[in-house]
Amino acid sequence: MNETIRQQLEKEILEYVAMEFLEDDDDIDLVPDTPLISGGIVDSFSMVSLKRFLEKKYRISIPDAQATPEAFDSVNNIIHLLETFI
Amino acid sequence: MAYGTVKDHYRQELKGIKEAGLYKQERFIHSPQKADIAVEYPPSSPLANVVNFCANNYLGLSSHPDVVAAAHAGLDERGYGMSSVRFICGTQDIHKILERKLSEFLGMEDTILFPSCLDANGGLFEAVLESEDAIIADKLVHASIVDGMRLCKAQQYIYKHLNMDHLESKLIEASQDCRHKMIITDGVFSMDGDVAPLDEICALADKYDAMVAVDDSHASGFMGRTGRGVHELKNCMDRVDVITTTLGKALGGASGGCVSGRKEIVELCRQKARPYLFSNTMPPVIVSAAIKVLDILSHSTKRRDKLEWNTRYFRDKIEQAGLIVRGETPIVPVMLFNAQLTQDFSKDLYYEGIYAVGFFFPVVPKGQARIRIQLSADHDREHLDKAIAAFTKIGEKYGILGLDKKEIIAKYGD
Repeated sequence: MNETIRQQLEKEILEYVAMEFLEDDDDIDLVPDTPLISGGIVDSFSMVSLKRFLEKKYRISIPDAQATPEAFDSVNNIIHLLETFI
Repeated sequence: MAYGTVKDHYRQELKGIKEAGLYKQERFIHSPQKADIAVEYPPSSPLANVVNFCANNYLGLSSHPDVVAAAHAGLDERGYGMSSVRFICGTQDIHKILERKLSEFLGMEDTILFPSCLDANGGLFEAVLESEDAIIADKLVHASIVDGMRLCKAQQYIYKHLNMDHLESKLIEASQDCRHKMIITDGVFSMDGDVAPLDEICALADKYDAMVAVDDSHASGFMGRTGRGVHELKNCMDRVDVITTTLGKALGGASGGCVSGRKEIVELCRQKARPYLFSNTMPPVIVSAAIKVLDILSHSTKRRDKLEWNTRYFRDKIEQAGLIVRGETPIVPVMLFNAQLTQDFSKDLYYEGIYAVGFFFPVVPKGQARIRIQLSADHDREHLDKAIAAFTKIGEKYGILGLDKKEIIAKYGD
């Protein structure tokens, strides 16, 4: 994956996470390393939405075995996971 | 079996739970469930007489003499157990009477009993939704709804808590791919004591051709003018398709739950819902007492009226004392924001004779720690004043009276 694509993914996923999971009064500076699951921003319940977004947006299928809390725990981790599909 | 290696693994896991501050310990109550209880805590300590502010005994019916008498009568007249699931030989006349009375009370077409509302939520979705359907849930729905959603093959959509714009965007998204859509929300949310805008949800459901399901476990019996629930409060009694609720809270407090709703949905649950098919239902003793509860509530609103008065009184006084509360129901989260402060505060309350539990991450989001007070019609003015005095005294001790959220976090962290 080249740097331009990586930056594009980073921007799109950060935007999605901010729009879907942050509340207006959340005082969180969301960056690629921000812990999403362990930091309480995305719970395991909402991981389903995140997985569906990634699958639809990038036209991939992520096997459940790879859709782990660790793999989804930051935007950087998610991009690392996507590298195996894109 | 070589349990030795497994044992080490389990011990490590338990150690991790303890180290994370998440280890749950029971407190032993040596009296019936009511406002004044005798508690042994820690184990082997002398009994402490405390006022209970953490039971779901909203209407004070858990130990009501008429309910206890009805339970005795049920035991005498219909025996102890059924030794069968409902559809083999586990249905008595009184099960059908209770289902009819619940339908009447909730204003729905039909009702099916489950061993608990956890089971009702575990069985409903799989029975009525398939892989081409969608279920759209508020982010903060009860854990049993999350489990029920995981057990069914429908597409899952989650909208931000109480956020109707976000719900609408999910309805639009689901409308592109899915056949039937069901919106599910709690009526009253158990951690924040806030109420779903059910009238607005029903309007969106009409617009996008979706069904509406509500878990009214923290509302049935007291929300709304005659206590029918949030659908009564929000003037949409005929627009909700399914209600799940419990008999383990306001409606007697023992156990049992139900799905009440459109007759085809209830019938499908009777044919397909696994907790109904593969488990005994509520035993006769509880069914008999639950019928009495509904009779009491159908004849008088005295108890829900008192609870409403208690709620207004306690919320006003605690805010006047300089503490921060959320919501609008008998569930009153007193916000302290910091987990350690919440644990210390709860311990101090106990020494003042007030039994109320603190909640912190991961039960509630980080930086949202709180003491949760649950009010009851069993509380008298003296109980409420005692709690308000204790909160004021301990709030003063920690120097947080009159502080806003930012100031408390600046003092104690989040």
